[in-house]
This record gives sequence, C-alpha cells and structure tokens, in this order.
Amino acid sequence: MNLDRLRSERWLLRAIGGILAAFLLLPLVALFAMTTWSAFDVGIHFALVLPALRLSLKTTMLSLTIVLVLGTPLSWVLGRASGRLVKAFETAVQLPIVIPPAVAGVALLLAFGRRGMLTGHLYPSSWVAAFSSAAVVMAEVFVSAPFYIQAATSAFRRIDPRLIVVARSFGATPLRIFFSVAIPLSAPGLLAGAAMSWARALGEFGATLMFAGNLEGKTQTLPLAIYTALEVDVRAAQAISIVLVVVAFALLLCVRALLAQASRNLEVRP
Amino acid sequence: MSVVDMLSIHLKARVGTLDVDIELETGAGPTAIVGPNGSGKTTLLSLILGVLPAAEGTLRIGNTVMFDSARGINLPLERRQIGYVPQDYALLPNRTVRGNVEFAISSATPRAEQPERMRRAEALLDEFGLSEHLEQRILTLSGGEKQRVALVRALSVRPRTLLLDEPLSALDVHSRREVRKFLSSYLGRLQIPTLVVTHDAADAQLLGHRIAVLEHGRITQIGRWGDLVARPASQFVEEFVATSSMTKLTRVALVR
Repeated sequence: MNLDRLRSERWLLRAIGGILAAFLLLPLVALFAMTTWSAFDVGIHFALVLPALRLSLKTTMLSLTIVLVLGTPLSWVLGRASGRLVKAFETAVQLPIVIPPAVAGVALLLAFGRRGMLTGHLYPSSWVAAFSSAAVVMAEVFVSAPFYIQAATSAFRRIDPRLIVVARSFGATPLRIFFSVAIPLSAPGLLAGAAMSWARALGEFGATLMFAGNLEGKTQTLPLAIYTALEVDVRAAQAISIVLVVVAFALLLCVRALLAQASRNLEVRP
Repeated sequence: MSVVDMLSIHLKARVGTLDVDIELETGAGPTAIVGPNGSGKTTLLSLILGVLPAAEGTLRIGNTVMFDSARGINLPLERRQIGYVPQDYALLPNRTVRGNVEFAISSATPRAEQPERMRRAEALLDEFGLSEHLEQRILTLSGGEKQRVALVRALSVRPRTLLLDEPLSALDVHSRREVRKFLSSYLGRLQIPTLVVTHDAADAQLLGHRIAVLEHGRITQIGRWGDLVARPASQFVEEFVATSSMTKLTRVALVR
C-alpha cells in the first residue's frame, strides 16, 4: 500500500468528522463573535434579565435540592435491587429524558393543572400549582431528576457488594450503610449526576412554558427570558445566552473532572 | 478457660443446579473448607451469612439459633454476630486503618462513646502490630497489612464465629508465607469457631486444625491433614493433598 494513499485516507476521515465538529462549534463561536462588550453590557442590564436570573437560580437550587434529597434514596434502592420489575420501573423513571419537553408540559398539566387528575382529590383545587413559581420547580424536577437518578444508580452499582455485606455483618443499619458507605464511596458519581441534573433544570424551556407559563418575575426563567427578549432586543438574548453557555461549559468541565476521579478511585481499589 | 461454643451447620439449599446439603459441627480451632470450583464453598459462606436463604435446616452458634426452618427463625446478618473477612478484604477505601475498625465498632455498639470506640480500635490495632499505620489510607497498605486490618476489624465486634474467605489468595508469594505463619498461630489460639475457605492445599494444611472437604454440595470428608493423606475419601482429596509440598514429609512420618 503506498504511503500517499494511507495519508489521504486518513485526511478524508478527518475532513468528514470536521464537518460536524464545525457545525457544532460555529453557532457558539457566532454567539461570542457577534456580541460586542457594549452590546453585552446593554443586554445584561435589560429589565427582564435580573428577575429571570434570580428566579432561575432560586428555582433550580430548589429543584436540585428536591432531586438530591429524594433521588439519592431512590437511586440506592434501584441500584441494590434486581429483577425484571425493577428494570421496567427504572426505564419508566428515565422516560422524561427522552420524551419531548412539550409532552412533559402537557402531562404535568393533566396531572397537576386546574382540571388535573389529582386536583380536588389529593389536594384542594385552590392549591393548583400550574402557572406559579412552584410549577417552574415541578417542571424542572420532572425533566432533570432522571439525569441524576441515572448517574447515581450506576455509581451505586459500582460499589463492591461485599463492602455492604461486611458492614451488615458488623450490625450496621441500612441508614448507616447508606450515609457512611454508599454516599461517600459514590460521591464523585453523585456530584457529576447533580451537575448534569442542574444544567438540565437551568436550560428547561418547553415544559416550563406549557405548565408554568411565561410570567415575568414569577415563572419567567432565563431560557424563557431569552425567548421573550428576542422579540424586544436581541442584545438581551445574546447576553443571557452567553451567561448560560459559560455556566454550562464550567459545569461540563466539573463533571468531566469528577468522572475522571471516580474512575481513578475504581482503578486503585484492591 | 471458658467453654467454646460449637458452630453447628445443618443446611439444605438449591443454588442453580447445585443441591447443597451440609452437615458440619465445629468448635474452637480453625476448620479449613476445601473443595473444587463449584463445589459450594461460596454458597456455604452465603448460607451462614444469611445472604442466601437456606431451604431447610438449622444453624446454631452455641445455644443461639441463627436459622431454623422448622421454627421459622431466620436472624438477619446484622444480628448473627459473625466476623467476616471476604476475599479481597473489602476495607473501606475512603477511611483510614483506624477509621475502618472504628466504623465496625460503632456499627456494633452505636451507644458506645466516641473516645471509648477509638480506644478499643487503637488497642486492637496495637495488638496486631498496626499502631504505626493508624492514620494510613487503606490504598497505601501492603497486602499483608490489609489482611491484618480486615482481621482486626472482623474481631473488633466480638463475633461468636469467624469466617475467612480465601484469606491468602490476594497476596504475593512473599507476603503469603508471612501472613500464613501469622494466621496459623493467631487463629489457632482463637476461642471461637473459625472457618477458613481455601482452594490452596498448603493453606489448608497449615491453617486448618481440621479440614472439611466439600464436593458437589456435600461434606465428603472431615479430618486432620494426616487423615486425608492416609485415607483420602475421594479422588479429589487424593489429588488435593498431593499438591502440597508437605505431603511427602507427612507420608514419610506416617510410614515410620
């Protein structure tokens, strides 16, 4: 085989791969290239930006807390259990990852909306969550929890089951094992899952729009603010977008570092 | 000297295609459990620990019933008071040497005060020559040290019986000899029934006061090493004892 041919084939593969890489990166480059400092400055001071930022931080912190507090025990139980029923349940819990956000919005409305399935039965009709800040949190939990559950379940599954058996032989209670063995040993995986889940909640748009609406200061999160700003002043949309990209990129770096640490921990295990 | 409890195992179970039917009574002094792969060694440990349910039978330590199918008794592992040292020791990698032992003590006696637990952990580690390693991370220990920490940890909860699963298989040749010597003298003095599962003939010979041979889910022979050499009950026993370099010496001694 002649050397030129080897070289040209190698370059052909690189060129094909390069097309997609360029397509993925160009919009992000454009976002930064097309935004001057002064435009960013004007955009970020737009009236709708600060309330949206505040609401986004508040709701995503709350939804992340809910996801961690309820999702960690759920993931532990799923990670320890086996059987076809558990597999089916696990798949069902992860469904929100793949269903379109608009569908999630409709489903949330049908469950918890003014004429929802549970309204008036499980709780009084006056407690309706739809179109309130609580609805924003609910939408965020619904779409982001599965990311955490998936990461946490697989982190828990990587724990050597003999560690659990030995701890039980000492008389360690299930709660003690959960807090003193399971969580510390899976910490990097759990943190990576939490970061992914938070990023998803921060970017949540479709379900929030349908279930919570787009009410400034009440349900208008950053992604919804971008949507609104595009009709008013594109600079505000650009500024918010840049903030979100920077935050997302920082999170991604954190997740990668955590996952690398998690796999290092596994390698050195006896 | 106090009377040593008997560990009495009469258990039946079906695991996959293997019918397990084990009858074994043992007092103080280590009993080595040997047998070919798939003979039910791991199953036996799981049944004693209770992580695998037995179909019928009884399991007792002294007068304490751990399992009795006829009376519907099945103590959970947490209450069986078993000291367990698994194959790769299963030490907690996120804790120090002292932290591992302290975790065991505080799990067993949650009401003990922290200083009291620390003191007990340190005293035990000192007894096993590990006082220099108190604050060391598990990952930085040698294989022999890990083995000793795991043993201290298992004994720290004052178990009524001790199970060691392949205690030497994770060690290299050099530390293996050293740890074997240490275990042989220590386990021999221990006043609780002790089971040592091993696939290695030399380990069985040196660690086991008695050797129980497990084949196809049943104990086919129990005896001292010399008995196994002199009157092997099966072809496996004959081949097994032959793999130990000490066997020839034993044979010579028997002939004389």
